[in-house]
Amino acid sequence: MRPVSAMSFVRRPWRLLAEASALLIAVVVAFPLYWMVLSAFKPAGEIESSEPRPWTLAPSLDSFRRVFEQNEFGRYFLNSLVVACTVVIVSALIAFLAATAVTRFRFRFRTTLLIMFLVAQMVPVEALTIPLFFLMRDFGQLNTLGSLILPHIAFSLPFAIWMLRGFVKAVPEALEEAAYMDGASRSRFLWQILFPLVFPGLVATSVFSFISAWNDFLFAKSFIISDTSQSTLPMALLVFYKPDEPDWGGVMAASTVMTIPVLIFFVLVQRRLVSGLGGAVKD
Amino acid sequence: MNSSPRPMGRWSTPWLYLAPALVVLAGLLVYPVYQLGLISFFQYTQAQVSGGEPTTFQGFGNYAELFGDEQFWQVLLATVVFAAACVVSTLAVGCALAVLLTRVRAVPRLALMLAAMGAWATPAITGSTVWLFLFDPDFGPVNRVLGLGDHSWTYGRFSAFFLVLLEVVWCSFPFVMVTVYAGIRAVPAEVLEAAALDGASQWRIWRSVLAPMLRPILVVVTIQSVIWDFKVFTQIYVMTNGGGIAGQNLVLNVYAYQKAFASSQYSLGSAIGVVMLLILLAVTLVYLRLLRRQGEEL
Repeated sequence: MRPVSAMSFVRRPWRLLAEASALLIAVVVAFPLYWMVLSAFKPAGEIESSEPRPWTLAPSLDSFRRVFEQNEFGRYFLNSLVVACTVVIVSALIAFLAATAVTRFRFRFRTTLLIMFLVAQMVPVEALTIPLFFLMRDFGQLNTLGSLILPHIAFSLPFAIWMLRGFVKAVPEALEEAAYMDGASRSRFLWQILFPLVFPGLVATSVFSFISAWNDFLFAKSFIISDTSQSTLPMALLVFYKPDEPDWGGVMAASTVMTIPVLIFFVLVQRRLVSGLGGAVKD
Repeated sequence: MNSSPRPMGRWSTPWLYLAPALVVLAGLLVYPVYQLGLISFFQYTQAQVSGGEPTTFQGFGNYAELFGDEQFWQVLLATVVFAAACVVSTLAVGCALAVLLTRVRAVPRLALMLAAMGAWATPAITGSTVWLFLFDPDFGPVNRVLGLGDHSWTYGRFSAFFLVLLEVVWCSFPFVMVTVYAGIRAVPAEVLEAAALDGASQWRIWRSVLAPMLRPILVVVTIQSVIWDFKVFTQIYVMTNGGGIAGQNLVLNVYAYQKAFASSQYSLGSAIGVVMLLILLAVTLVYLRLLRRQGEEL
């Protein structure tokens, strides 16, 4: 990383104070996650105690056992993974093509299309649950994973296209001309030259579609109404969360299981995400 | 395709590339929006869904019913105030921490960055349950530390909204922080040094140098925050158990859902959805005008 030379004029005591507060804030921000994992490992007696302690001396896997023994939890996990991965891959491919079209070509209605992609991001997804429910019913997609995958692809596309534009634009046009000079076909340029160059951007963008698909609980709740084998993780989590008498150990263990894949994904793409956002915003 | 010497020239190519996106968006976004508008003009309840009764055209009847309902105006007001509070808090926290990040060395910066990434990555639904647990009147650590006994945070209207706000800010400030931080790093160091040499205070540097240079970024994160916070659904639904006691914590989104799926008044739910859509459309138009004024080319 570049040294923060711009800030070298900050005097030392102030910098120490700033660093101390940064660390303190980091602890506060991380605390809910720490508490989640901690509670997942606490034995039942310690969770439901009126003297909660920020540590445990007798870690236990009981809560996790309850979560995994819940009927078909593995299945729910798999369903969630299938939905999220399909959405990420399909929407990344479609968005890549569309972003290429709007950045590398000049054509009529180009600006109109861009504005429409922007407007599409504002559509409140939740409000569309009602018409989508009827649409899925008419196509016989209720109670299938398709009813979760299809809408999420549509809803992640506009933002993905909008973000990818910057990455596609950054690839110099001279490269394209050189490729054609050397006799490369258009599809060859697209998939063998442009695609690898834009790939980091695709990864950064896919974080957003992954999260929205992985988090979804509204569509799962509304479209998967009778066939519970098609259910996803959020619904499995809510089984433990009964408002009057929640099984906190189970909720925390299920939450941990649900959060870890996203955390891993984030850690893997963290760098690209930061530069990706910078690029997308600057553009 | 190889026959054309300048492949860029073909008019149909961009449309070929756009086709998959346009098909998906037309079928799963534009058409449902059209349907939403349509349903909001019809009488549409359980009887019509099951085919027991024919659908009848209502004109603006559903809207008249909605606007005549005092609860709608309360929910609308609550949504606007709540979203505004979320946006302001998220932006304030995110910008402050972004500036803080530029003042510290690598280790504290990495710690804060990782913690923020963790909060960002946390799914809304798990974040909601964890924050509820932290503030649980019986077993949560917060009430113990603050000595609040078994004070229930979700019982009162404002404290319930406040709790949801904390969770929303926690999971959405990282986006603002990371984006603004990336923006500050892109500002040439000489500019800041010159300002500091001229004896400008930290606040003055932020206000007169950084903020104007970061304006495009600030516009983007503000608009994104407005869109996200206006549409908050999961947090309210989970943390206040579907809208709070007697619907005291309803926001438009949850209200529409409850009307449609809990009481099977699909047309009223759709009308609420249309109102939300129009409000967000207005926000978008403001956004576009701001972009235009900056002379940005799309």
